[in-house]
This record gives sequence, structure tokens and C-alpha cells, in this order.
Amino acid sequence: MDISLSLVLFDYLKLTEIMENEKNHIVPYHTFLLVLAGLIALTLISVAVTKIYLGTLTVFIALFIAAVKSTFVLRVFMHLKFENRMFTVMVIAVMLLIGVVIFITLLDYLFR
Amino acid sequence: MVIQEGEREPSYLEYKGKHKGIFSWILSTDHKRIGLLYLFSILSMFAIGATLGLLMKFELIAPGKTIMDAQAYNAFFTLHGIVMIFAVVIPGLPAVFGNFLLPIMIGAKDVAFPKINLLSWYLYVTGVTLVVISQFAGTGPPDTGWTFYAPYSFRTTSTMLPAVFGAFVLGFSSILTGLNFLVTIHRMRAPGMTWFKMPLFPWTLYATAWIQLLATPIIGITLLMIVAERTLNIGFFDPSLGGDPLLYQHLFWTYSHPAVYIMILPAMGAISEIIPTFARKSIFGYKFMVVATLLIAFVGYFVWGHHMFTSGMSGTALYTFSLLTFLVAIPSAIKVFNWVSTMHKGSIDLQTPFYWAIAFIFVFMVGGFTGLILGSLAANVHLHNTHFVVSHFHFIVFGGTGFAFFGALHYWYPKITGKMYDTRWANIGLLLFFIGFIALYGPMLYLGVQGMPRRYFDYDEIFHAGNIISTMGSWVLYSGVAIIIINLFSSLKTGAKAPADPWGGKTLEWTIPSPPPVENFIETPVITKGPYDYK
Amino acid sequence: MSLKTEIHRDDLASKTGMWLFLFTEMLLFGGLFVVYSVYRYRNAEAFHLAAHELSIVFGTANTIILLISSSTIAMSITAIQKKNKTLALLLLGITIFLGLIFLANKYVEWGHHIKEHIYPGSPVLALRGQGDVLFYGLYFFMTGLHALHIIIGLVFIGFIVVFIIRGNVTSDNFVLHENSGLYWHLVDLIWIFLFPLFYLIT
Repeated sequence: MDISLSLVLFDYLKLTEIMENEKNHIVPYHTFLLVLAGLIALTLISVAVTKIYLGTLTVFIALFIAAVKSTFVLRVFMHLKFENRMFTVMVIAVMLLIGVVIFITLLDYLFR
Repeated sequence: MVIQEGEREPSYLEYKGKHKGIFSWILSTDHKRIGLLYLFSILSMFAIGATLGLLMKFELIAPGKTIMDAQAYNAFFTLHGIVMIFAVVIPGLPAVFGNFLLPIMIGAKDVAFPKINLLSWYLYVTGVTLVVISQFAGTGPPDTGWTFYAPYSFRTTSTMLPAVFGAFVLGFSSILTGLNFLVTIHRMRAPGMTWFKMPLFPWTLYATAWIQLLATPIIGITLLMIVAERTLNIGFFDPSLGGDPLLYQHLFWTYSHPAVYIMILPAMGAISEIIPTFARKSIFGYKFMVVATLLIAFVGYFVWGHHMFTSGMSGTALYTFSLLTFLVAIPSAIKVFNWVSTMHKGSIDLQTPFYWAIAFIFVFMVGGFTGLILGSLAANVHLHNTHFVVSHFHFIVFGGTGFAFFGALHYWYPKITGKMYDTRWANIGLLLFFIGFIALYGPMLYLGVQGMPRRYFDYDEIFHAGNIISTMGSWVLYSGVAIIIINLFSSLKTGAKAPADPWGGKTLEWTIPSPPPVENFIETPVITKGPYDYK
Repeated sequence: MSLKTEIHRDDLASKTGMWLFLFTEMLLFGGLFVVYSVYRYRNAEAFHLAAHELSIVFGTANTIILLISSSTIAMSITAIQKKNKTLALLLLGITIFLGLIFLANKYVEWGHHIKEHIYPGSPVLALRGQGDVLFYGLYFFMTGLHALHIIIGLVFIGFIVVFIIRGNVTSDNFVLHENSGLYWHLVDLIWIFLFPLFYLIT
């Protein structure tokens, strides 16, 4: 008898948890369109920047703009802004990992 | 909780589902059956790899050609490496014991994605098949070593593509296992099992899964680049086209070093389960063990250059990698200290798994110390590519993962099979194994310091005596393995029936019948205490 | 819907699994970014000059196409959540269409280079010097691998279209749809970085 009771309790806990997740946040269409406009603008800016001669700085600016664009895609399109913070932490950690691997590899090439 | 006789659930071995016969195994999504599918495959591959090793050692019993020439020897050590690394020790503990025990130890019915779990096994079999095909197809078996170094790997006329693809597919299998375990641990722990109430074996599987997930793609892309070199002449690692062979080594080891932590972390986790049980005492410093596990996984990502000290890297890279290599040894040392401290003032029950655990600690330490020697830049210049290196990694991988695998096998055998094995034969096997192991790899330390190179089928007469001892050691080791395996198989038929908790363990797997029912738990456990609750 | 079917579904697990898979894709391309970093550093001038030979019009167009397709698939999820099946299917259709345009553009771009005998392993390319060999090697390999992922993404989205039509994906059960969106966004993300690294280093 108490087996079925704890089963029911557990089921209820799981169900409420699922219902929590399904209190789903709906992103309005215009949010996406606004972000899209911004992304296209940033793209065009990054192209325009290459027309100005800034030497090696050009690439850093282009990459910086790419990073800004990525942030919008990640936070709005990929919903990170509205998800559990754990996902954001993981994404940042992965990007840092790739960055550190590139950095350490360059420690070889830069100082040969 | 008392189970009435008439109410007994069928065990996962007896369970009759949709499929019959062999299909009830190879189409099963039950994590326990998949674990056994992996056990069968991995033991088979281990037998192949071990036989290759035995034959290699036989070649080395005397200078000059004994049973094979140089080209054959190259093919042998290549296949030995590919099989042992990619098909045995990397999948090893996670695929067998992780699959079988992880859900049970966290109070779950199965892993998060059971069908993907089965797919992982299919990918494993496919990868292994491709590797086997590489031996018989085309212009000759691969002869580059398991490390596939450029430019030889794209210039050699031996058949490389099946082996390279095989390794790629095996990597994908590993990635999916890691992904599955991560989601399982995040989402399916029983009520009350907070992160810090989770036992240490699942913790090590967790850290390992992150490495499987984040490191394996690097070797994936590197292997694809080798394919591009061989088929398209793309030039990434070809010096005549501007490529740098050293970049291949960077990319290769960026995976292959974290890979050794895939090998050792679950091994350490198994030891962390065995020792508390047979010391009748909670693990010493549980939180430190968790932090050490995560640190090993994290720092281990940044030490890969210690495989390349003599390759021509910059001085800055040399110092950085050497320093980080020394740092990554610290958490491992913490673990050894904590295992020994667990035993101190414990109530030791000397059983086979415990013997494996203390043997593990000994050989792991030899492996670890020799690793520190190799991590020292000046010593490395002398020792790189000698038998000292061969000894080091066999002590730490075969000694570490291998001993832990056999220890885990003897620890969880009653749970998995529902039978007890013959302890006397198990211990005889272990003793022969250990003696053979030391005789096989011990002399290599001296041979390496004396200057005997690795991957050579021939050697100078001054190395002869050490090699004779070493080869004889391989015979003793092999016979030990044979006794162990035969004992475990024969005990399936003749062994005594195993109770739910033959050893007095406190983790969740010991609260369910041996062997377990299909859904593991009749009612979902609710956790209120830590995992090693010995009072 | 019975209690039983509710328990066995864990959308958060499904989504987590997808994100973890995306991390493997990031690391896969990450390895190529390592190669790019090294060879760009060692052949800065050659890379800079070779980048001029790529069509910035095609590159920019493709970037914008992919950005629009990301917005359409994101909006298709809003549509399915609002129970607007028709709009969802229309938006997914546009996404697929844009993806195909991207591939067509790539085909034209690559065709242009191949016609000039610029491709991996080409003797003409080898004569041009090591920096060029590496630039174009990376260009073809990275955009090629990316294009393969576009194809995979389109197939995935195609399945979602079928699932929506058949009623397997609904406003109550759309995590698979979200996962296909995540995959597609990742493909977009990779291109967001490929674009400046090949086209804008002039």
C-alpha cells in the first residue's frame, strides 16, 4: 500500500516539474525581427569597416562584431536569455576552452 | 524492504521482452544488457590486443628477427595501440560498468537516452570492424603507430583509411556515451540525491563524460584532415606545401592526452567504491575527491605538449606544458592519500576486489612517478621514445585502468551475474597477473634509461637480459589473465548464488537483488544520507 | 493525456542533450579554428591577399541569407506555440528555401575557383605559394564541412515539417522542433565566424 503512495508522490513531483518547464515563454515575432535587423546592420558595418584601412586592427574589429552577433543569436534565437542559467555557463565555458587551446597552441608558434 | 517469494520480479537476464534469442540482446535498450554487450566486445578486443602484445614481446626476446621483420613489427604495434587505446581502455570502464551501474547507483531506471545508448554500441562494433578490415584490405596493414603522425600517415603506402575511419567512428561512440551519461546524471538522480550525496563512481563518470564530449571532436576533425591529406593532398601537415607536421601533433594530443583521463578517472572511481566497502569506512575526504576529480579533468586538458617536448616546440611552450603537467599530478596524489587514509583505522575485509585495489595503488604510483620524471624537460630529452615511456604508460594505463577494470569486475560480478566466483582461483590469477605485470614492465624502466628505443623490432645486445625477463613476464601475465577469465566464466555455471549485498556495500546497487530486475528498483529510492554510510 | 505518458517525457533532458551535441560541433570546428589561427599567423600577408579573391558580395549575401533563415526558424517555434500550424510550416519552408539558396551560392562560388584551377591538391595552386595553398585548403575544408552541416540541418528541419503535418509536433510537444532550431542556429553561428575570417581579412 505504501509502495503505491510513494509512487504517486514521486509521479506528482515529476509532473509539477514538467509543468514548470511547460510554463513556456513565447518570444514575440517582432523580437526576432528586431534582432534580425540588428544582425544585418552589424553585418553590413563589419563589411564597411574593411574598406577603411586599419591594419591588423581590422580583423579584431570584424571578430568583435562577429562576437556581438553571436551573442544575439545565442541569447535570443537560441533562447539562452530565457533558459536555465546553466546553459549559458556551459556555452561560455566551451568557448573559453576553445580559446585557451588556441592560446596555448600559439604559445608554441609565436615563440619559435 | 522484504520481497515475498512469489512476487519476485524477473531479473534482467531472465526477462522476456519483444525479441527472442540473440535479438533480445542486440536490440535491447536495457542499460544492463548494453553494458554486457560492451563487456563481451571489449574483452574480445582485449584478447586480440593482448595476443598482439604477446607476439611483439616474443619478437623482442632476442635481438634481430625472431618471428617477424621490421614492417610486420610496425604493423603489430600499430594495431596493438589502436585496439588497446580506442577499443579497450577508452570505452573500458564507462561503457561496461558505467552503463551497467550508473543508473542503479543514482536510483534511476535507465539512462536518459536508451536508444542512443544502443546506437553507441553499434557504432563501437562498426568502428572495430573497420579497424579489423584495415588489416586485410588494400596494400597492407597500417604501420604508422596508433598516433598516425604526419607526414608519414599520409605518405605511407599501407592502407590507412579504414583504420582512420574506424577510429573516427569509435570516437563518435564515445561522444554519445558521454552525452548520455551527462544528461542522465543531471536529470535522473533519485529524489534526495543531491550532487554531494552522489557516490564517487558516478562523479568520475560525470567528469569523464565531459572529456568524452569536449575532447573527442578534436581527434575527429584531425582524422578528417588526415583523410583530406591522403585523398586531396590538401597540405595542412605537408611541409612541402607549407603545412607543419607539428600542428598535427598538437591537434592529436589535444585529444589524446585528455583521453588518458577518460581512461583513469572511472578507474579511480571504481577504486573509490571498492576501498570504503572493504575498509568498512566512509571514504576519507569525499569533497576533496570530487574536487580532485574535476580538477584532473580540467587541468588535464592543457598538458598535451608533454608528448612533444623533443619535437621542436618553442621554449615558452616547453615550460608551460611542463609546469601544467606537474600541477595535474597534485589532484591524483590527493586521491592516493585519501584512499590510504580511508583504510587507516578501518576494519579491513581482505577480498579479491580489495587486493586489486591495493595493487592498483602501487602500480598507479609507479606510473605516476615515472610520469613526473617524463614531465621534467631535461630528463625527457634522454627518455623520450625509449622503453621508459612504454613502461610508464603501461604502468599507468594497464596498471591503472586495467587493474581497476579487473577489480571492478570482481567487485560487481555478483551483482551483474547473481553468482559468486571461486575466490581461490581469482586470487591465484591476480597473483600471477601482478608478478607477470611487474616482470614485464619493470625491466623496461631500466632498459629505457639505458637507451633502448621503442617501436624497434631489433636492439643492441646490451639490452638482451632485460628483454628476456620482460618477455617471460608477458607469459606469466597472460596466464594470469587466462585463469581470471576462465574462473569468471566457469563460476557463471558453478558459482554459489549471490545475495543482494555480498560485500557489505552501502551504495544503491547493493539494495536491489543480484542480478537486478529490469527496471532496477521496485520503488524509486528516496535518499536521505551520504553514499558511504558506515557507522 | 494520462499521468503515465507525462512522466516518461523529459523535455529538459532532450534540450540538454541537444545543447551537449552542439558543444561537440563547436569543438569539431574549434579544431579547424586552431589550424586557421596558426596558419594565418604564419602566412598573414598571403592570407590577406588571397582573401581579396573571394567575392564579398556572395559572402555578405550568404551571411544575410543565413541570418534571415535563423529568424524564420525561430519564428516558426513561436508560431507552433501559438498553435498556428500553417504559419509554422510556411516559416520552416522559407528556412529550407534559404538554406538551399545558400548551398546554391556556395556551388557557384566554389565553381568559380575550381574553374581557375584553385582547389585542394591542384598543381596550379601549389605553384602559387604555401600561404595560398593553406588559405584555400582551409577555405574549402571549412566551408565544405559547414555546407555538409547545412545539409544535415535541412534534413533535420525536413523531418520537423513532416512531424508537424502528422501531428507528432504540437503546441504541447515541440522540443524536437526547438532542437532543430538550435542545430540550425549553430550552423548560422559557425558561418558568422567563418565570414570575417575568410572574406573580411582584406
